[in-house]
Amino acid sequence: MKRRDFLQNTALATAGTLWIPSFLKQYETIQKYKAGNTDKILVIIQLSGGNDGLNTIIPFENDLYYNARPKLAIPKTEVLSLNDELGLNPVMTGLRNIYEEGYLSIINNVGYPNPNRSHFRSTDIWQTASDSDEYLSTGWLGRYLDAACVGDCTTAHKAIEVDDTLSLVLKGEEMKGLALKNPKKLHKVTQSPHIQALANLNQEHENENIAYLYKTLAETVSSANYIYDKSTVKESTEEYPQNKFGNNLKTIANLINAGLETNIYYTSLGGFDTHVNQKQAQDRLLKVYSDALEVFVKDLKKNGKLSQVVVMTFSEFGRRVAQNASNGTDHGTANQVFIIGESLNKAGFYNESPNLSDLDEGDLKYSVDFRNIYATLLSTHLDSDVESVLTQKFDTLDFI
Amino acid sequence: MKNESQKILHLYNRAGFGISPENWQKQKEKKINEAINEIFQDIDNYENLKVLDAFEPVDRDAMKSLPEDERKMKRQEMRKKAREEIKTLNTHWLSHFSSEKAVLREKMTLFWHGHFACESKFSWLVQTQNNTIRKYALGNFRDLVLAISKDPAMLLYLNNQQNKKASPNENYARELMELFTIGIGNYTENDIKEAARAFTGWGVNRQTAEYVFRQKQHDFDEKAFMGKTGDFNGEDIIDIILEKEETAQFITSKIYRYFVNPVPNENRITSLAQSFYNSDYDILALMREIFESDWFYEEENRGVCIKSPVELIASFQLNFGIEFLNPDTPLFIQKILDQILFFPPNVAGWKGGKSWIDSSSLMFRLKMAELFFYAAEISIGNKEEEDVSKQGLIKSQLKKMEVTANWESLFNTFQESTSDVEILFENLCDYLILTNQKPSQDFVTKFTKQDSTDMFLKTMSIALASTPEYQMR
Repeated sequence: MKRRDFLQNTALATAGTLWIPSFLKQYETIQKYKAGNTDKILVIIQLSGGNDGLNTIIPFENDLYYNARPKLAIPKTEVLSLNDELGLNPVMTGLRNIYEEGYLSIINNVGYPNPNRSHFRSTDIWQTASDSDEYLSTGWLGRYLDAACVGDCTTAHKAIEVDDTLSLVLKGEEMKGLALKNPKKLHKVTQSPHIQALANLNQEHENENIAYLYKTLAETVSSANYIYDKSTVKESTEEYPQNKFGNNLKTIANLINAGLETNIYYTSLGGFDTHVNQKQAQDRLLKVYSDALEVFVKDLKKNGKLSQVVVMTFSEFGRRVAQNASNGTDHGTANQVFIIGESLNKAGFYNESPNLSDLDEGDLKYSVDFRNIYATLLSTHLDSDVESVLTQKFDTLDFI
Repeated sequence: MKNESQKILHLYNRAGFGISPENWQKQKEKKINEAINEIFQDIDNYENLKVLDAFEPVDRDAMKSLPEDERKMKRQEMRKKAREEIKTLNTHWLSHFSSEKAVLREKMTLFWHGHFACESKFSWLVQTQNNTIRKYALGNFRDLVLAISKDPAMLLYLNNQQNKKASPNENYARELMELFTIGIGNYTENDIKEAARAFTGWGVNRQTAEYVFRQKQHDFDEKAFMGKTGDFNGEDIIDIILEKEETAQFITSKIYRYFVNPVPNENRITSLAQSFYNSDYDILALMREIFESDWFYEEENRGVCIKSPVELIASFQLNFGIEFLNPDTPLFIQKILDQILFFPPNVAGWKGGKSWIDSSSLMFRLKMAELFFYAAEISIGNKEEEDVSKQGLIKSQLKKMEVTANWESLFNTFQESTSDVEILFENLCDYLILTNQKPSQDFVTKFTKQDSTDMFLKTMSIALASTPEYQMR
């Protein structure tokens, strides 16, 4: 292109229909984000690899549990009992404290029909909210973004995943969440002269796809600036455990406390695929999870934010009831989901305990479809339309 | 003349993965029909993947005789070996994309790999399936579907190994219709049940890793399928599905959206589908009709597809002659950008288009040239892998992307033409950028060093490869 063509194109830019605002312009439009607006926040934690639910919430009065796990069962005397039959893994004092405050609701036996035991596929099912024989290419929270963005949505940070790359769960048809390890790092990437120069080009793009690339670029830069500016105002003073997951929760708490207009946060803790010598590995991970979560809840409460927030924790599947020969457990099915919030309808145990005498070829049967939980979060917490987001109708539950 | 050369570039980026500088110099003055003919004349000049020489069956008796600990170790070793082999298959196939041999066949092989999406932990089956697809990629669609229906990796992946008269498994029958041939809405649940019965007994012999028809497990009774009744087998089912014009429409539409424009033009698709149907599903003839039509070269169809991650890697291989010094690098990129060859997300394949793009994938794409050519440090990592079949396949962290580039080829092609900066910019743009609207020269010159013509060409092409426009084909 000749220089004069470029100048002409620039001059034409204001007349275009697919005009891409520069990031400064966009910064202003953030304030106009109204569609589906709510100050409610949903934090989702995925325990990747398939957490063994039966050694997380232990049925310490159940002989079937002890018979099925001669070397792996947690002795009754060590369990942090929550009621007269169920209690927490001894490393989870943090979660016990949350429970005692009345901020924890435990939903047992969560799963879906025809469970899939592949990590990848079952994660997909949980992230897309599909049936087990259905393949959806958008995530349920991505579709939430699509639904919330009827009209003019120009922010990428309505949903944030604390990681380097974005999971399917936050990818909608049109809208996508933003992945960041921490605000500084993302800011640094987008501050490079090359990215800045591209974001500042005021060009009209007739083709939809190329316009989409420039739009995504502009939104990334503007969101990175916005998040960075907000998050540097004040850093959390709470002491989080010094590990990756602790840092991730600290990042989320900082952003929530800074009043970011983000409704969804997503993060994961991996390594739960404990086929061999489970105890050591799972205990370490559950402690990481529980310790960090306790600080997180305290942090939000101190900043008056806990009332806006619901935290959901899930794993793509539970594990088999019986241990295997390597003192581990293999892939199973139904599992518990943790819901944390300040004003729960039903703190404590939401439903019945797992039934170890009625198994499906050695696996727990589910009684709550995870999409009923999603439906509840969408409808009661996020004020969103369940059917359009989940692509089918699901009843809501009353845990919140 | 320029318009003609732009057509040639468009052709090479759709029928293939792009074009190297030296080949560009040879081809750009040609008539479009000459270039089309050359591409079609070259389709049999292909190479199969041959990382593995032969299938090595597992000696089950020997395995059984081992103590448990050793057996476990042995299994782990075998898994690791297979993983390494699949990794090699992945990088070998990637290198085919830029070999400039039988380009259309390689492109079609990639297209069908996404269409007949499949995953296998057995390296031999991965290689076999890829070579089967390559063999039939430009042949008759019926032969291709039949070959896939008897393909061991697919039979295992979609559970046809468990499809027996006494307990039919519907998985293959369902996907055959929903995803592989006629598309959703053109068959009933009962059609699936009946088709599943027709495919009973189609299995894999684990000792030879070949297709086997297990007579005892096959249901020879009468089936009622899509309005017809008979003692159909799998082959009959495929015939009946292909008798429906909807199948030609479904496949043509997918080919159009991949090879021509992601926005479908229904009239054109219907007319192409009609020819496809009338030719009895001749894939080669369909592709010829597309590339020989005038509308294929219209501006509205140029540079409007977002390159998939492996297509983007192929662009760098062709345009800059890059070669990876560490085989972990191309796999790392594929994972970060979400398209790993031989690991489609599920049986529906990659969604493509805008789904490739989000904040982090776009930032990474825009920085790839910088990572390759300025040895910049990679600032992001991959998610941890929980699936055993993929563990150890791809690094979650990588510091740098070490590559060698073939700058000479680029210099030789563009330097001789002129030393005029404006013209060099225009020539480079015409070669590297497929979109009608080229990146702004102001932006590009900001990142260009003019110390020498070589330096100028190098820095300018890196800047061009760092634009959103370079993501388009």
